[in-house]
Amino acid sequence: MQKRHFIDRAIKWLFFGAAATSVLVLLGIFGMLLFNGVKAFAHISLAEFFFTSNWNPSAYGEPSYGILAMLASTFLVTLGAMLLAVPLGVGAATYLAQVATEKTRLILKPVIELLAAIPSVVVGFIGIVMVGPFIARVFGLSNGLTALNGAILLAVMSLPTIITVAEDAIRSVPNSFKEASYSLGANQWTTLIKVVLPAAYSGIIAAIILGMGRAIGETMTVLMATGNALAMPRGFFDPVRTMTATIAIELGEVPYGTTHYYSLFAVGALLFLISLVVNLLAENLAGRYRYKL
Amino acid sequence: MKTKLAVRDLHLHYGTKEVLKGINLDIPENNIVALIGPSGCGKSTLLRAMNRMHDLNPEAKVKGKILLDDDDIYAPGKDVVAVRRKIGMVFQKPNPFPKSIFDNIAYGLKIAGENDKHKLHAIVERTLRSSYLWEEVKDDLDKSALSLSGGQQQRLCIARAVAVQPEVLLMDEPCSALDPISTAKIEALMLELKKEYTIVIVTHNMQQAQRVADLTAFMYFGEVIEFAPTRQLFDAPQMELTANYLNGNFG
Amino acid sequence: MRQNSLQQRLGLNTLRFFVLLVLLFLGIILWEVFSKGSGVINSGFLFDYPRKGMTLGGIFPTIMGTIFVTLVTTIFAIPMGIATAIYLSEYANDNTVNRLIRASIRNLAGVPSIIYGLFGVAVFVQGMGLGSSVLSSGLTLGLLTLPYIITTTEEALKNVPHSYREGALALGATKWEAIWTNVLPSAVSGIVTGSILGLSRAAGETAPILFTGVAFYLRYLPASVSDSFMAMPYHLYILSTQHHAIEEVRPLAYGTALVLLSLVFVLNIIAFIIRYRYRNFNKARI
Repeated sequence: MQKRHFIDRAIKWLFFGAAATSVLVLLGIFGMLLFNGVKAFAHISLAEFFFTSNWNPSAYGEPSYGILAMLASTFLVTLGAMLLAVPLGVGAATYLAQVATEKTRLILKPVIELLAAIPSVVVGFIGIVMVGPFIARVFGLSNGLTALNGAILLAVMSLPTIITVAEDAIRSVPNSFKEASYSLGANQWTTLIKVVLPAAYSGIIAAIILGMGRAIGETMTVLMATGNALAMPRGFFDPVRTMTATIAIELGEVPYGTTHYYSLFAVGALLFLISLVVNLLAENLAGRYRYKL
Repeated sequence: MKTKLAVRDLHLHYGTKEVLKGINLDIPENNIVALIGPSGCGKSTLLRAMNRMHDLNPEAKVKGKILLDDDDIYAPGKDVVAVRRKIGMVFQKPNPFPKSIFDNIAYGLKIAGENDKHKLHAIVERTLRSSYLWEEVKDDLDKSALSLSGGQQQRLCIARAVAVQPEVLLMDEPCSALDPISTAKIEALMLELKKEYTIVIVTHNMQQAQRVADLTAFMYFGEVIEFAPTRQLFDAPQMELTANYLNGNFG
Repeated sequence: MRQNSLQQRLGLNTLRFFVLLVLLFLGIILWEVFSKGSGVINSGFLFDYPRKGMTLGGIFPTIMGTIFVTLVTTIFAIPMGIATAIYLSEYANDNTVNRLIRASIRNLAGVPSIIYGLFGVAVFVQGMGLGSSVLSSGLTLGLLTLPYIITTTEEALKNVPHSYREGALALGATKWEAIWTNVLPSAVSGIVTGSILGLSRAAGETAPILFTGVAFYLRYLPASVSDSFMAMPYHLYILSTQHHAIEEVRPLAYGTALVLLSLVFVLNIIAFIIRYRYRNFNKARI
């Protein structure tokens, strides 16, 4: 009898320990990034880091550490991805949630989940062998590995996130809203546009933000498919190098413990903070859309 | 008559809401006691307090005592597992586990450490016989308990509770989901079981209370209004509230 | 009125078109990889080492490396994830500590994979001195997969009827006995589904292993968890961007993509089948 109780209590604490690890890991990630990232600023001024655009840490003699160009690159690629993915994703989510029959929905949902399962390195590969050359041909560029290429690929990758979360939000709009609209003589389309989508507004925004988070943090796809040019991008037809790609390219070659090494953690810390803000924002919005019936 | 279970000034709060307001009740050994009253009067809450099921809900706060053979089940440091072994419970909806019929009956014995196959078989057979289920399921002991009909499932749940040989059996509207024939079988079973056990039953069905209960308590808004021998409570209620309820004036 | 119905037809068809476009993306990716990759798939490709500076031969060590590292991930992430999910679903009440735990898990799910890579380098490779190894990579991928396994397992546990717990407790089971004998068996297919999906993600990830253990080319399979390894996703990355004769090895890259994609899809389909069966089983139970 005593043994059973001991096991019961021991297991509770054991499992609590496992759960607490998640907190430790999150704090650990942040602490590690901060701890290593801060060391970079012993030799780099904050102003140089945040407000100049020349990133050339391995330059002989006078290395430079400005992240503005890669920040702009990340922003540009993400913006492009969202311009494509938001209408497509929200449209598809609306269709799945309100127009499609239950049977169609049950078939389509796992198929869309399959899209999410494609490894990012495969998407990047498709960007190299297919989408990139296609862009080069259509727009007459010498090289298709551009911000546009990255934007298209990231759009495809963030679609499953946007569709799944937005569909959930749109489906949770109470039927009584729709019925009220129908009873006033509105047709299905008007009801969707004027009643259902506005009612699911904050959930849809949460979906978009989460999709954006996915795009900002994606590494392999942009590393492979956007050309990795360090200059400040002037538009979608320029090759770009995002924050994630910079870390991926340089961390492998940089000697441990140098300013260059620490500067990559500083970039990582910034990236982490961005993704944290994105998550908290989405969570805050998503919590609001559920209608209590 | 010896008092088996005694409720002493029992208060129960859900958050800030007081659901039981000082309950006192003496439940005599080898009797069937029915708790009746309108929905939300606290009768199920009281029943669940009797084997500390509210421990699962952090919102619920219990004050007062429930004495099993003069021993407070809410005493600090009391082993709640041991309490529940002595005070079994049958729920409103039949809840057989998704296991075989045999494993359902043997569940309580196995977790208590009984592993002797022959002994388990003997107890399972005896228990199923005593709940009149043996003839119906003796060839299907390895079949899933979920394949039984609703009435059979509930008798199985009663048998499962009886198999660990508790002293008190709590039943929370055990027939509310069943047809009249199954209900009759369970009532017959209860009358048989009271020879060995003390039974407390929550019921919405006045006829059922009159058919099976020796004593009946009428509850209203978290209080016991009247507690008397069943015949007396139904034929000559002392309180006006009780009379009104029995006449169908509310509830 | 007529204008309205025209608008409706146009609108709904646009939505339909959008869905088709999304499906088309999936179709194009699959078609491109399968049509151009299937030509190089044969037993030599699957069971040979790369030869002649990776311009010939197969991808055997990359397959084995991916399997090996995913196994380490499994051993770490699944017990850890299930334990956390059980704690959250069965033990945790709503207090500050537990809310903090939940918030951490939700935020971990959104941390970019390259950040996990940085964490792996700083903590496992350097900090703990595990070096560039299967173990470092496996643990890094484990952390990445953890939020996913926790979320899906908790979902599966929440779907187990409350009466199974109460019934067991009423028979004198301790809380853990109720969970072990009654709750977990009913949730097992949901847990397995979630775990498989989590692992399929881990198997396809590149960024977290980039600096924690994966190698460009090795002549031997890793003999222990402290060796470095080759992996399919990284191999595909190398063949398509870092190789000295990129055009020449393109067929091999397609083949690698095909094998990787097949592995991931097979895992997803298995998970889908388990979930589908489970759903039907649940329906039968009610």
